[in-house]
Amino acid sequence: MHSTSHSASDSSSDGAARSASQRSAHGSSPSALESALQEAGAVKEAQAWPLLEHQGGLMLAVKATLVRDLTLLLRRRGEVLNPLVFFALVITLFPIAISPDPELLAVIAPGLLWVAALLAALLSLDSLFRSDYDDGSLEQLLLATQPLAALSLAKVAVHWLLTGLPLALMAPLLGIMLALPAGSYAVLALSLALGTASLSLIGAIGAALTVGLARGGVLLSLLILPLYIPVLIFGAGAVQAAILGDGVAAHLAILGALLAAALMLAPWAIAASLRISING
Amino acid sequence: MWAFIHKLGSPKWFYGISAKLQPWFWAAAALLLLVGSLWGLVFAPADYQQGNSFRIIYVHVPAAFLAQSIFISMAVSGLVFMVWKIKVADMAAAVMAPLGAAMTIVALFSGAVWGVPTWGTWWMWDARLTSMLILLFLYLGVIALRGAFSSRDSASRAASVLAMVGVINIPIIKYSVDWWYTLHQPASFTLTSRPTMPTEMWLPLVIMVLGFYSFFIALTLMRTRSEILRREASKRWVQDLVNGQTVHVQAEETR
Repeated sequence: MHSTSHSASDSSSDGAARSASQRSAHGSSPSALESALQEAGAVKEAQAWPLLEHQGGLMLAVKATLVRDLTLLLRRRGEVLNPLVFFALVITLFPIAISPDPELLAVIAPGLLWVAALLAALLSLDSLFRSDYDDGSLEQLLLATQPLAALSLAKVAVHWLLTGLPLALMAPLLGIMLALPAGSYAVLALSLALGTASLSLIGAIGAALTVGLARGGVLLSLLILPLYIPVLIFGAGAVQAAILGDGVAAHLAILGALLAAALMLAPWAIAASLRISING
Repeated sequence: MWAFIHKLGSPKWFYGISAKLQPWFWAAAALLLLVGSLWGLVFAPADYQQGNSFRIIYVHVPAAFLAQSIFISMAVSGLVFMVWKIKVADMAAAVMAPLGAAMTIVALFSGAVWGVPTWGTWWMWDARLTSMLILLFLYLGVIALRGAFSSRDSASRAASVLAMVGVINIPIIKYSVDWWYTLHQPASFTLTSRPTMPTEMWLPLVIMVLGFYSFFIALTLMRTRSEILRREASKRWVQDLVNGQTVHVQAEETR
Protein backbone atom coordinates (compact mmCIF):
# COMPACT_ATOMS: atom_id res chain seq x y z
CA MET A 1 0.00 0.00 0.00
CA HIS A 2 2.80 2.36 0.90
CA SER A 3 4.52 2.02 -2.45
CA THR A 4 1.23 2.63 -4.29
CA SER A 5 0.64 5.83 -2.40
CA HIS A 6 4.15 6.90 -3.26
CA SER A 7 3.69 6.39 -6.97
CA ALA A 8 0.32 8.13 -6.83
CA SER A 9 1.82 11.21 -5.21
CA ASP A 10 4.64 11.10 -7.76
CA SER A 11 2.20 11.16 -10.63
CA SER A 12 0.28 14.04 -9.12
CA SER A 13 3.48 16.05 -8.75
CA ASP A 14 4.24 15.26 -12.39
CA GLY A 15 0.85 16.67 -13.27
CA ALA A 16 1.70 19.83 -11.36
CA ALA A 17 4.98 20.10 -13.25
CA ARG A 18 3.16 19.67 -16.52
CA SER A 19 0.65 22.36 -15.77
CA ALA A 20 3.53 24.61 -14.67
CA SER A 21 5.25 24.00 -18.01
CA GLN A 22 2.03 24.88 -19.83
CA ARG A 23 1.73 28.04 -17.80
CA SER A 24 5.30 29.10 -18.54
CA ALA A 25 4.82 28.33 -22.24
CA HIS A 26 1.98 30.85 -22.27
CA GLY A 27 3.77 33.23 -19.90
CA SER A 28 5.79 36.20 -21.08
CA SER A 29 9.44 35.38 -20.47
CA PRO A 30 10.50 32.15 -18.78
CA SER A 31 14.24 31.63 -18.61
CA ALA A 32 15.47 29.57 -21.55
CA LEU A 33 17.08 26.91 -19.41
CA GLU A 34 14.00 26.47 -17.29
CA SER A 35 11.63 26.10 -20.22
CA ALA A 36 13.99 23.70 -21.98
CA LEU A 37 14.16 21.58 -18.85
CA GLN A 38 10.41 21.56 -18.43
CA GLU A 39 9.87 20.74 -22.08
CA ALA A 40 12.25 17.84 -21.82
CA GLY A 41 10.42 16.66 -18.73
CA ALA A 42 7.09 16.93 -20.48
CA VAL A 43 8.33 14.95 -23.49
CA LYS A 44 9.79 12.28 -21.25
CA GLU A 45 6.57 12.08 -19.31
CA ALA A 46 4.48 11.83 -22.44
CA GLN A 47 6.62 8.90 -23.56
CA ALA A 48 6.40 7.19 -20.22
CA TRP A 49 2.60 7.61 -19.92
CA PRO A 50 1.32 7.57 -23.48
CA LEU A 51 -2.31 6.86 -22.67
CA LEU A 52 -2.78 8.06 -19.14
CA GLU A 53 -3.50 11.62 -20.03
CA HIS A 54 -6.52 10.60 -22.04
CA GLN A 55 -7.84 7.56 -20.24
CA GLY A 56 -6.38 7.04 -16.81
CA GLY A 57 -6.51 10.55 -15.37
CA LEU A 58 -9.73 10.26 -13.40
CA MET A 59 -9.23 6.69 -12.21
CA LEU A 60 -5.70 7.51 -11.17
CA ALA A 61 -6.83 10.54 -9.21
CA VAL A 62 -9.66 8.65 -7.51
CA LYS A 63 -7.29 5.82 -6.62
CA ALA A 64 -4.73 8.28 -5.29
CA THR A 65 -7.39 9.95 -3.12
CA LEU A 66 -8.60 6.58 -1.83
CA VAL A 67 -5.10 5.43 -0.95
CA ARG A 68 -4.13 8.74 0.61
CA ASP A 69 -7.22 8.93 2.83
CA LEU A 70 -6.97 5.27 3.85
CA THR A 71 -3.31 5.74 4.76
CA LEU A 72 -4.00 8.89 6.72
CA LEU A 73 -6.88 7.40 8.68
CA LEU A 74 -5.11 4.13 9.38
CA ARG A 75 -2.24 6.13 10.88
CA ARG A 76 -4.67 7.86 13.23
CA ARG A 77 -6.30 4.76 14.64
CA GLY A 78 -7.94 6.68 17.47
CA GLU A 79 -10.16 8.50 15.04
CA VAL A 80 -11.31 5.18 13.60
CA LEU A 81 -11.90 3.58 16.99
CA ASN A 82 -13.68 6.50 18.67
CA PRO A 83 -17.05 6.06 16.88
CA LEU A 84 -17.00 2.35 17.77
CA VAL A 85 -16.36 3.08 21.43
CA PHE A 86 -19.07 5.74 21.35
CA PHE A 87 -21.48 3.20 19.85
CA ALA A 88 -20.77 0.69 22.61
CA LEU A 89 -21.05 3.37 25.30
CA VAL A 90 -24.40 4.69 24.14
CA ILE A 91 -25.77 1.15 23.96
CA THR A 92 -24.55 0.63 27.54
CA LEU A 93 -26.48 3.69 28.70
CA PHE A 94 -29.89 2.39 27.69
CA PRO A 95 -30.19 -0.69 29.94
CA ILE A 96 -28.93 1.50 32.79
CA ALA A 97 -31.46 4.25 32.07
CA ILE A 98 -34.46 2.10 31.19
CA SER A 99 -34.31 -1.40 32.63
CA PRO A 100 -32.06 -4.46 32.46
CA ASP A 101 -35.10 -6.63 31.71
CA PRO A 102 -34.20 -8.71 28.61
CA GLU A 103 -37.79 -8.89 27.38
CA LEU A 104 -38.16 -5.13 27.34
CA LEU A 105 -34.71 -4.65 25.81
CA ALA A 106 -35.46 -7.16 23.05
CA VAL A 107 -38.44 -5.05 21.97
CA ILE A 108 -36.52 -1.80 21.68
CA ALA A 109 -33.15 -3.24 20.63
CA PRO A 110 -33.50 -2.74 16.82
CA GLY A 111 -34.33 0.94 17.21
CA LEU A 112 -31.66 1.50 19.88
CA LEU A 113 -28.93 -0.14 17.81
CA TRP A 114 -29.87 1.85 14.72
CA VAL A 115 -30.13 5.19 16.51
CA ALA A 116 -26.84 4.67 18.33
CA ALA A 117 -25.04 3.62 15.12
CA LEU A 118 -26.51 6.64 13.34
CA LEU A 119 -25.24 8.98 16.06
CA ALA A 120 -21.81 7.35 16.02
CA ALA A 121 -21.61 7.83 12.23
CA LEU A 122 -22.72 11.43 12.67
CA LEU A 123 -20.06 12.05 15.30
CA SER A 124 -17.28 11.05 12.93
CA LEU A 125 -18.52 13.25 10.07
CA ASP A 126 -17.13 16.49 11.41
CA SER A 127 -13.57 15.29 10.82
CA LEU A 128 -14.30 14.11 7.26
CA PHE A 129 -12.98 17.26 5.58
CA ARG A 130 -11.66 19.08 8.66
CA SER A 131 -7.98 18.13 8.58
CA ASP A 132 -7.82 18.56 4.79
CA TYR A 133 -9.36 21.99 5.19
CA ASP A 134 -6.90 22.95 7.92
CA ASP A 135 -3.74 21.89 6.07
CA GLY A 136 -4.88 23.23 2.70
CA SER A 137 -5.01 19.95 0.81
CA LEU A 138 -8.73 20.48 0.22
CA GLU A 139 -7.88 23.53 -1.87
CA GLN A 140 -5.52 21.41 -3.95
CA LEU A 141 -8.34 18.93 -4.46
CA LEU A 142 -10.52 21.79 -5.74
CA LEU A 143 -7.78 22.93 -8.11
CA ALA A 144 -7.30 19.46 -9.58
CA THR A 145 -8.38 19.00 -13.17
CA GLN A 146 -10.41 15.93 -12.23
CA PRO A 147 -14.05 16.50 -11.20
CA LEU A 148 -14.35 17.29 -7.52
CA ALA A 149 -17.50 15.15 -7.26
CA ALA A 150 -15.54 11.99 -8.08
CA LEU A 151 -12.73 12.85 -5.66
CA SER A 152 -15.16 13.62 -2.84
CA LEU A 153 -16.95 10.34 -3.56
CA ALA A 154 -13.60 8.60 -2.95
CA LYS A 155 -13.24 10.43 0.37
CA VAL A 156 -16.76 9.41 1.40
CA ALA A 157 -16.03 5.81 0.41
CA VAL A 158 -13.05 5.78 2.77
CA HIS A 159 -15.20 7.27 5.53
CA TRP A 160 -17.77 4.52 5.12
CA LEU A 161 -15.10 1.81 4.93
CA LEU A 162 -13.59 2.90 8.25
CA THR A 163 -16.77 4.02 10.06
CA GLY A 164 -19.95 2.50 8.62
CA LEU A 165 -18.59 -0.95 7.93
CA PRO A 166 -16.96 -1.44 11.38
CA LEU A 167 -20.17 -0.19 13.03
CA ALA A 168 -22.16 -2.73 11.02
CA LEU A 169 -19.77 -5.52 11.98
CA MET A 170 -19.84 -4.54 15.64
CA ALA A 171 -23.63 -4.18 15.91
CA PRO A 172 -24.42 -7.94 16.25
CA LEU A 173 -22.14 -8.11 19.30
CA LEU A 174 -24.05 -5.29 20.97
CA GLY A 175 -27.26 -6.97 19.80
CA ILE A 176 -26.39 -9.99 21.93
CA MET A 177 -26.00 -7.69 24.94
CA LEU A 178 -29.44 -6.19 24.27
CA ALA A 179 -31.02 -9.65 23.96
CA LEU A 180 -31.87 -9.08 20.31
CA PRO A 181 -33.91 -12.12 19.17
CA ALA A 182 -31.98 -14.70 17.19
CA GLY A 183 -32.28 -14.71 13.42
CA SER A 184 -32.02 -10.95 13.00
CA TYR A 185 -28.26 -10.54 13.43
CA ALA A 186 -27.33 -10.92 9.78
CA VAL A 187 -30.10 -8.52 8.76
CA LEU A 188 -28.92 -6.03 11.38
CA ALA A 189 -25.37 -6.05 10.02
CA LEU A 190 -26.50 -5.95 6.41
CA SER A 191 -29.01 -3.13 6.92
CA LEU A 192 -26.40 -1.10 8.82
CA ALA A 193 -23.78 -1.68 6.14
CA LEU A 194 -26.20 -0.53 3.42
CA GLY A 195 -27.69 2.28 5.49
CA THR A 196 -24.47 3.79 6.79
CA ALA A 197 -23.26 4.19 3.20
CA SER A 198 -26.24 6.47 2.55
CA LEU A 199 -25.63 8.18 5.88
CA SER A 200 -22.00 8.89 4.94
CA LEU A 201 -23.03 10.33 1.57
CA ILE A 202 -25.81 12.56 2.95
CA GLY A 203 -23.73 13.54 5.96
CA ALA A 204 -20.81 14.55 3.78
CA ILE A 205 -23.00 17.30 2.27
CA GLY A 206 -23.46 18.76 5.73
CA ALA A 207 -19.79 18.26 6.60
CA ALA A 208 -18.80 20.08 3.39
CA LEU A 209 -21.18 22.95 4.13
CA THR A 210 -19.91 23.43 7.68
CA VAL A 211 -16.19 22.70 7.25
CA GLY A 212 -15.36 26.40 6.93
CA LEU A 213 -17.14 27.28 10.17
CA ALA A 214 -15.17 27.35 13.39
CA ARG A 215 -17.81 25.51 15.44
CA GLY A 216 -19.75 23.55 12.88
CA GLY A 217 -20.28 20.40 14.95
CA VAL A 218 -23.71 21.03 16.47
CA LEU A 219 -24.91 22.82 13.34
CA LEU A 220 -23.87 19.80 11.30
CA SER A 221 -26.16 17.50 13.30
CA LEU A 222 -29.00 20.01 13.05
CA LEU A 223 -28.69 20.08 9.26
CA ILE A 224 -28.22 16.38 8.71
CA LEU A 225 -30.39 14.50 11.21
CA PRO A 226 -33.74 15.34 9.52
CA LEU A 227 -32.35 13.97 6.26
CA TYR A 228 -31.39 10.71 8.00
CA ILE A 229 -34.97 9.80 8.90
CA PRO A 230 -35.87 7.73 5.79
CA VAL A 231 -32.73 5.61 6.20
CA LEU A 232 -33.51 5.12 9.89
CA ILE A 233 -37.10 4.09 9.17
CA PHE A 234 -36.17 1.42 6.64
CA GLY A 235 -33.02 0.28 8.46
CA ALA A 236 -34.73 -0.25 11.80
CA GLY A 237 -37.75 -1.57 9.89
CA ALA A 238 -35.64 -4.29 8.29
CA VAL A 239 -34.49 -5.55 11.69
CA GLN A 240 -38.03 -5.42 13.06
CA ALA A 241 -39.28 -7.37 10.06
CA ALA A 242 -36.57 -9.99 10.58
CA ILE A 243 -37.64 -10.40 14.22
CA LEU A 244 -41.31 -10.71 13.27
CA GLY A 245 -40.45 -13.21 10.55
CA ASP A 246 -41.66 -10.98 7.71
CA GLY A 247 -39.73 -10.66 4.49
CA VAL A 248 -36.76 -8.32 4.79
CA ALA A 249 -36.02 -8.13 1.07
CA ALA A 250 -38.32 -5.13 0.56
CA HIS A 251 -36.65 -3.09 3.30
CA LEU A 252 -33.17 -3.92 2.11
CA ALA A 253 -34.20 -3.13 -1.47
CA ILE A 254 -35.46 0.31 -0.43
CA LEU A 255 -32.25 0.90 1.54
CA GLY A 256 -30.38 -0.01 -1.62
CA ALA A 257 -32.57 2.35 -3.64
CA LEU A 258 -31.87 5.19 -1.20
CA LEU A 259 -28.16 4.42 -1.51
CA ALA A 260 -28.39 4.47 -5.31
CA ALA A 261 -30.14 7.84 -5.25
CA ALA A 262 -27.62 9.22 -2.77
CA LEU A 263 -24.70 7.91 -4.85
CA MET A 264 -26.13 9.65 -7.88
CA LEU A 265 -26.96 13.03 -6.34
CA ALA A 266 -24.87 13.54 -3.21
CA PRO A 267 -21.41 13.87 -4.87
CA TRP A 268 -22.55 16.94 -6.82
CA ALA A 269 -24.00 18.54 -3.70
CA ILE A 270 -20.80 17.73 -1.78
CA ALA A 271 -18.66 19.28 -4.53
CA ALA A 272 -20.81 22.43 -4.67
CA SER A 273 -20.72 22.73 -0.87
CA LEU A 274 -16.94 22.32 -0.75
CA ARG A 275 -16.55 25.13 -3.29
CA ILE A 276 -18.77 27.37 -1.17
CA SER A 277 -16.80 26.59 1.99
CA ILE A 278 -13.43 27.21 0.35
CA ASN A 279 -14.33 30.42 -1.44
CA GLY A 280 -16.15 31.95 1.52
CA MET B 1 -38.52 36.78 -21.89
CA TRP B 2 -34.80 37.12 -21.25
CA ALA B 3 -35.08 40.87 -20.98
CA PHE B 4 -37.75 40.32 -18.35
CA ILE B 5 -35.51 37.96 -16.37
CA HIS B 6 -32.65 40.41 -16.57
CA LYS B 7 -34.86 43.20 -15.35
CA LEU B 8 -36.14 40.98 -12.54
CA GLY B 9 -32.53 40.45 -11.57
CA SER B 10 -32.04 44.13 -10.91
CA PRO B 11 -32.91 44.99 -7.30
CA LYS B 12 -33.83 48.53 -8.32
CA TRP B 13 -36.37 47.36 -10.90
CA PHE B 14 -37.78 44.79 -8.47
CA TYR B 15 -38.07 47.46 -5.79
CA GLY B 16 -40.14 49.58 -8.15
CA ILE B 17 -42.43 46.86 -9.52
CA SER B 18 -43.04 45.29 -6.10
CA ALA B 19 -44.19 48.68 -4.79
CA LYS B 20 -46.96 48.59 -7.41
CA LEU B 21 -47.89 44.93 -6.85
CA GLN B 22 -47.79 44.93 -3.08
CA PRO B 23 -51.07 46.83 -2.33
CA TRP B 24 -53.05 44.49 -4.56
CA PHE B 25 -51.82 41.41 -2.70
CA TRP B 26 -52.43 43.02 0.68
CA ALA B 27 -55.98 43.95 -0.37
CA ALA B 28 -56.62 40.44 -1.73
CA ALA B 29 -55.24 38.89 1.45
CA ALA B 30 -57.37 41.07 3.72
CA LEU B 31 -60.54 40.47 1.72
CA LEU B 32 -60.07 36.71 1.30
CA LEU B 33 -59.05 36.13 4.92
CA LEU B 34 -61.96 38.18 6.22
CA VAL B 35 -64.56 36.46 4.01
CA GLY B 36 -63.02 33.02 4.50
CA SER B 37 -62.74 33.19 8.27
CA LEU B 38 -66.23 34.67 8.73
CA TRP B 39 -67.75 32.08 6.42
CA GLY B 40 -65.74 29.20 7.80
CA LEU B 41 -65.96 30.04 11.50
CA VAL B 42 -69.52 31.41 11.66
CA PHE B 43 -71.70 30.37 8.73
CA ALA B 44 -70.37 26.97 7.65
CA PRO B 45 -72.33 24.06 9.16
CA ALA B 46 -70.81 22.07 12.00
CA ASP B 47 -69.39 18.64 11.23
CA TYR B 48 -71.75 15.76 12.07
CA GLN B 49 -68.97 13.83 13.73
CA GLN B 50 -66.59 16.43 15.20
CA GLY B 51 -68.98 19.29 15.88
CA ASN B 52 -67.50 22.73 15.90
CA SER B 53 -63.93 21.57 16.53
CA PHE B 54 -63.53 20.77 12.84
CA ARG B 55 -63.37 24.54 12.20
CA ILE B 56 -59.67 24.43 13.07
CA ILE B 57 -59.30 23.08 9.54
CA TYR B 58 -59.70 26.63 8.23
CA VAL B 59 -56.39 27.59 9.85
CA HIS B 60 -54.64 24.24 9.95
CA VAL B 61 -54.87 23.22 6.30
CA PRO B 62 -53.90 26.60 4.74
CA ALA B 63 -50.93 26.86 7.12
CA ALA B 64 -49.83 23.32 6.25
CA PHE B 65 -50.15 24.04 2.50
CA LEU B 66 -48.14 27.21 2.89
CA ALA B 67 -45.47 25.52 5.02
CA GLN B 68 -44.74 23.07 2.20
CA SER B 69 -45.11 25.58 -0.63
CA ILE B 70 -42.74 28.04 1.00
CA PHE B 71 -40.02 25.41 1.26
CA ILE B 72 -40.42 24.61 -2.43
CA SER B 73 -40.37 28.27 -3.45
CA MET B 74 -37.34 28.78 -1.22
CA ALA B 75 -35.54 25.95 -3.01
CA VAL B 76 -36.59 27.29 -6.43
CA SER B 77 -35.29 30.75 -5.45
CA GLY B 78 -32.07 29.08 -4.34
CA LEU B 79 -31.77 27.34 -7.70
CA VAL B 80 -32.40 30.61 -9.57
CA PHE B 81 -29.79 32.30 -7.41
CA MET B 82 -27.20 29.57 -7.95
CA VAL B 83 -27.76 29.28 -11.71
CA TRP B 84 -28.37 32.88 -12.82
CA LYS B 85 -26.79 34.71 -9.85
CA ILE B 86 -29.95 36.78 -9.41
CA LYS B 87 -29.50 38.46 -6.06
CA VAL B 88 -33.17 39.27 -5.57
CA ALA B 89 -33.94 35.54 -5.62
CA ASP B 90 -31.64 35.00 -2.67
CA MET B 91 -33.09 37.95 -0.79
CA ALA B 92 -36.56 36.46 -1.31
CA ALA B 93 -35.32 33.05 -0.11
CA ALA B 94 -33.79 34.67 2.96
CA VAL B 95 -37.02 36.37 4.00
CA MET B 96 -39.17 33.33 3.16
CA ALA B 97 -37.40 30.97 5.58
CA PRO B 98 -38.66 32.48 8.88
CA LEU B 99 -42.17 32.82 7.44
CA GLY B 100 -42.14 29.18 6.38
CA ALA B 101 -40.94 28.10 9.81
CA ALA B 102 -43.69 30.21 11.41
CA MET B 103 -46.33 28.59 9.18
CA THR B 104 -45.01 25.15 10.11
CA ILE B 105 -45.33 26.05 13.79
CA VAL B 106 -48.89 27.33 13.19
CA ALA B 107 -49.76 24.06 11.41
CA LEU B 108 -48.20 21.98 14.21
CA PHE B 109 -49.88 23.99 16.97
CA SER B 110 -53.31 23.94 15.33
CA GLY B 111 -52.87 20.23 14.72
CA ALA B 112 -52.06 19.69 18.38
CA VAL B 113 -55.09 21.76 19.47
CA TRP B 114 -57.26 19.78 17.07
CA GLY B 115 -55.87 16.60 18.57
CA VAL B 116 -57.41 17.31 21.99
CA PRO B 117 -61.08 16.90 20.95
CA THR B 118 -60.44 14.23 18.31
CA TRP B 119 -57.72 12.03 19.79
CA GLY B 120 -57.97 13.15 23.41
CA THR B 121 -54.27 14.06 23.46
CA TRP B 122 -52.07 16.97 22.43
CA TRP B 123 -49.65 14.94 20.42
CA MET B 124 -49.84 11.77 18.41
CA TRP B 125 -47.05 10.36 16.28
CA ASP B 126 -49.38 10.72 13.35
CA ALA B 127 -47.75 10.56 9.92
CA ARG B 128 -48.71 14.10 8.98
CA LEU B 129 -47.71 15.67 12.29
CA THR B 130 -44.41 13.80 12.21
CA SER B 131 -43.51 14.93 8.71
CA MET B 132 -44.51 18.49 9.65
CA LEU B 133 -42.17 18.32 12.64
CA ILE B 134 -39.34 17.15 10.38
CA LEU B 135 -40.14 19.99 7.98
CA LEU B 136 -39.78 22.41 10.89
CA PHE B 137 -36.31 20.99 11.62
CA LEU B 138 -35.37 21.42 7.96
CA TYR B 139 -36.44 25.06 8.10
CA LEU B 140 -34.49 25.63 11.30
CA GLY B 141 -31.43 24.04 9.68
CA VAL B 142 -31.60 26.41 6.69
CA ILE B 143 -32.05 29.43 8.96
CA ALA B 144 -29.22 28.35 11.27
CA LEU B 145 -26.85 27.68 8.35
CA ARG B 146 -27.53 31.10 6.85
CA GLY B 147 -26.82 32.71 10.20
CA ALA B 148 -23.60 30.77 10.78
CA PHE B 149 -21.56 32.28 7.94
CA SER B 150 -19.86 35.63 8.33
CA SER B 151 -19.67 36.22 4.57
CA ARG B 152 -23.08 36.96 3.10
CA ASP B 153 -22.28 35.42 -0.28
CA SER B 154 -21.21 32.11 1.27
CA ALA B 155 -24.26 32.14 3.51
CA SER B 156 -26.55 32.65 0.51
CA ARG B 157 -25.00 29.87 -1.51
CA ALA B 158 -24.84 27.43 1.40
CA ALA B 159 -28.48 28.07 2.30
CA SER B 160 -29.45 27.60 -1.37
CA VAL B 161 -27.68 24.24 -1.57
CA LEU B 162 -29.25 23.06 1.68
CA ALA B 163 -32.73 24.17 0.56
CA MET B 164 -32.31 22.23 -2.69
CA VAL B 165 -31.04 19.13 -0.86
CA GLY B 166 -33.99 19.46 1.51
CA VAL B 167 -36.57 19.77 -1.23
CA ILE B 168 -35.28 16.60 -2.90
CA ASN B 169 -35.59 14.82 0.44
CA ILE B 170 -39.03 16.10 1.44
CA PRO B 171 -40.99 13.62 -0.73
CA ILE B 172 -38.72 10.76 0.38
CA ILE B 173 -39.22 11.72 4.03
CA LYS B 174 -42.97 12.12 3.55
CA TYR B 175 -43.48 8.73 1.92
CA SER B 176 -41.21 6.89 4.33
CA VAL B 177 -43.00 8.45 7.32
CA ASP B 178 -46.37 7.52 5.81
CA TRP B 179 -45.14 3.98 5.35
CA TRP B 180 -43.75 3.86 8.89
CA TYR B 181 -47.08 5.06 10.27
CA THR B 182 -49.17 2.49 8.39
CA LEU B 183 -46.82 -0.25 9.57
CA HIS B 184 -47.30 0.60 13.22
CA GLN B 185 -51.09 1.19 12.95
CA PRO B 186 -52.04 2.95 16.17
CA ALA B 187 -55.72 2.73 17.01
CA SER B 188 -57.21 6.03 15.93
CA PHE B 189 -59.38 7.29 13.15
CA THR B 190 -57.68 9.46 10.59
CA LEU B 191 -58.69 13.05 10.22
CA THR B 192 -58.24 13.12 6.51
CA SER B 193 -60.24 10.20 5.19
CA ARG B 194 -63.49 12.03 5.53
CA PRO B 195 -66.27 11.45 3.00
CA THR B 196 -66.80 14.13 0.40
CA MET B 197 -67.07 17.51 2.07
CA PRO B 198 -70.20 19.50 1.32
CA THR B 199 -69.66 22.62 -0.77
CA GLU B 200 -70.47 25.05 2.05
CA MET B 201 -67.63 23.46 4.04
CA TRP B 202 -64.88 23.30 1.43
CA LEU B 203 -65.55 26.59 -0.36
CA PRO B 204 -64.51 28.72 2.65
CA LEU B 205 -61.46 26.45 2.93
CA VAL B 206 -60.46 27.28 -0.65
CA ILE B 207 -60.94 30.99 0.10
CA MET B 208 -58.81 30.70 3.22
CA VAL B 209 -56.06 28.89 1.28
CA LEU B 210 -56.06 31.63 -1.38
CA GLY B 211 -56.03 34.26 1.37
CA PHE B 212 -53.01 32.65 3.06
CA TYR B 213 -51.16 32.55 -0.27
CA SER B 214 -51.94 36.22 -0.97
CA PHE B 215 -50.74 37.08 2.52
CA PHE B 216 -47.52 35.13 1.92
CA ILE B 217 -46.86 36.89 -1.40
CA ALA B 218 -47.60 40.34 0.04
CA LEU B 219 -45.42 39.77 3.08
CA THR B 220 -42.59 38.32 0.98
CA LEU B 221 -42.70 41.34 -1.34
CA MET B 222 -42.63 43.72 1.62
CA ARG B 223 -39.80 41.96 3.41
CA THR B 224 -37.80 41.51 0.19
CA ARG B 225 -38.08 45.28 -0.35
CA SER B 226 -36.59 46.02 3.05
CA GLU B 227 -33.92 43.36 2.46
CA ILE B 228 -33.04 45.11 -0.83
CA LEU B 229 -32.67 48.43 0.98
CA ARG B 230 -30.48 46.81 3.63
CA ARG B 231 -28.17 44.97 1.24
CA GLU B 232 -27.96 47.72 -1.37
CA ALA B 233 -27.55 50.49 1.21
CA SER B 234 -24.25 51.57 -0.32
CA LYS B 235 -25.70 51.87 -3.84
CA ARG B 236 -26.37 55.27 -5.35
CA TRP B 237 -30.06 54.71 -6.11
CA VAL B 238 -30.85 53.67 -2.52
CA GLN B 239 -29.01 56.68 -1.14
CA ASP B 240 -30.80 58.95 -3.60
CA LEU B 241 -34.09 57.38 -2.58
CA VAL B 242 -33.43 57.85 1.14
CA ASN B 243 -31.98 61.35 0.75
CA GLY B 244 -34.84 62.37 -1.52
CA GLN B 245 -37.33 61.29 1.10
CA THR B 246 -35.57 63.10 3.92
CA VAL B 247 -35.34 66.26 1.80
CA HIS B 248 -39.02 65.91 1.10
CA VAL B 249 -39.83 65.51 4.79
CA GLN B 250 -37.68 68.51 5.68
CA ALA B 251 -39.44 70.56 3.05
CA GLU B 252 -42.78 69.62 4.57
CA GLU B 253 -41.56 70.47 8.05
CA THR B 254 -40.37 73.92 7.00
CA ARG B 255 -43.62 74.54 5.21
